[in-house]
Amino acid sequence: MIDREQVRKVAHLARLDLTPDEEEKFTTQLSDILEYFEQLSELDTDEVQPTARAIDMSNVTRPDRLQPYENRETILNSAPDRESTAQGDFFKVPQILSGEGE
Amino acid sequence: MTTATPAKTKYEAIIGLETHCQLSTETKIFSDSSTQFGSDPNTNIDPVCMGLPGTLPVLNEKVLEYAVKAGLALNCTIAPYSKFDRKQYFYPDLPKNYQISQYDLPIAEHGWLEIELTDDKGKPLVDENGKALTKRIGITRLHMEEDAGKLVHAGSERLSGSTHSLVDYNRAGVPLVEIVSEPDMRSGQEAAEYAQELRRIMRYLGVSDGNMQEGSLRCDVNISIRPVGAEKFGTKVEIKNMNSFSAIQKAIDYEIERQIAAVETGERIVQETRLWDEATQRTISMRTKEGSSDYRYFPEPDLGPIEVTQEQLSHWKAELPELPAAKRHRYENELGLSPYDARVLTDDRTVAEYFEKAVTAGASAKPAANWIMGDISAYLNNEKLGISDIPLTPENLAEMITLIEDKTISNKIAKDILPDLLTKGGSPKAIVEKKGLIQVSDPKVIEAAIDKVIAAYPDELEKYRGGKTKLLGFFVGQVMKETGGKADPKLTNQLLQSKLNG
Repeated sequence: MIDREQVRKVAHLARLDLTPDEEEKFTTQLSDILEYFEQLSELDTDEVQPTARAIDMSNVTRPDRLQPYENRETILNSAPDRESTAQGDFFKVPQILSGEGE
Repeated sequence: MTTATPAKTKYEAIIGLETHCQLSTETKIFSDSSTQFGSDPNTNIDPVCMGLPGTLPVLNEKVLEYAVKAGLALNCTIAPYSKFDRKQYFYPDLPKNYQISQYDLPIAEHGWLEIELTDDKGKPLVDENGKALTKRIGITRLHMEEDAGKLVHAGSERLSGSTHSLVDYNRAGVPLVEIVSEPDMRSGQEAAEYAQELRRIMRYLGVSDGNMQEGSLRCDVNISIRPVGAEKFGTKVEIKNMNSFSAIQKAIDYEIERQIAAVETGERIVQETRLWDEATQRTISMRTKEGSSDYRYFPEPDLGPIEVTQEQLSHWKAELPELPAAKRHRYENELGLSPYDARVLTDDRTVAEYFEKAVTAGASAKPAANWIMGDISAYLNNEKLGISDIPLTPENLAEMITLIEDKTISNKIAKDILPDLLTKGGSPKAIVEKKGLIQVSDPKVIEAAIDKVIAAYPDELEKYRGGKTKLLGFFVGQVMKETGGKADPKLTNQLLQSKLNG
């Protein structure tokens, strides 16, 4: 169903660092899960539209009305790290190499 | 010994554009925070745009309206059923680690817009009948999505190898439409023209301000070359980071030359993203890790689908203004203006509407165009004003043009009173009456002035009669002076010539 190479790729895309043991384990587990879902292919779904969601509701919108969020400090504080400069308050994240490989 | 030089291979460029336009809404696409540009960092944030757990995005109704109107204006088919999807990638400008975008069911598809073909100086090219040459550029799709935040790299720390970056999420969740063109353009000039027409349309609709400096309009270019006549496309290169129309044109022209040179020397063109470097006027390679662009789109479970009803669609369609291309055609075909005049007047909707009001008020199209594009524009540019900021109303402009046409005043008098009209407004007719500037068209009065002038300058008269006919201008000037600039210039010329010739 799913091979080790695919597990490695998905892990890389999700930025997960797996040990060889974990790779082995997840390959088996994910295959089991996919196999279980495979039972669904017994059904003929040729005439059925793909379902993206279970609730049958469309066109949910809100008016374009400004309501500034008042608890900004809480959001800033909930981040692992922040920094205040002369320009204002920033979230602080590990360095991103700008112009990588330039 | 002679050797035949092999015919040089001719290449053509295949160019497509991906344009992001920020929609002019008050609030973000899925939450109630402000979209204001230039706010202090992280002041326009909220739990939804920050992707905090347990929050639910809800679509801004204006975003849908603006996207549909943009789609209609671009001659697209509006999807009867459309949905949002998650595009996954990891980058700190994206607080949720996915961007809410649209993947397989965009709100609008299969449209086109019309560009005018121009020369290097931006003057429209015309056919044998003097009509502007145009070209249709296909629009593949238009979809709605949210913008990401902004990473601030402290410039001075870059060299010393800083350990962190700073992020401002004010822009996260700002509504965008992404408009993808067909690869229908063949030169930098066509691409720049396409981008400008797109911006004109967005501005006419009032759905985006199209400000490139503030990032409200951003263009990415896809470009490849192939020998003329070949069917197969060459390897595609993406160029980013152009923040003006001229940069788009220059980046493409540079890239075409670079790719041709590479092919001619047998080099392989690499599929890559390149950045336009304004300082050195070239594109530079921005290597990205392979395999990193696997976005694993899936339907956004937090947002319901969109089903625009026929009724809603007709309602929005009825609200669309006349668009720039339609105006250009009408100005050329119905008002008899040149493609150049039509192009200049329709560039800005407020100017076009001013012009149309003047025509409706009775002004002839050509003189109205001339006044607006000439003296009035010069004044607006100098004073950094918009045409709707000045006290001179289109109706008063029409009145002034009528005064010239029925010979009540000369063009010169009109130019003399214009500064007053531009700064204070008012009826031109009342002004010329009050100031006694009404043109003198009575031959007897003009002849009297001529006689006086001729009597005052016997030497000049002699020289004139001796063949120095250039002096006619001098005599016209003196007659004008004598009549306070009010003598009908054409009549003065005629009468003066016959008198001088004796």
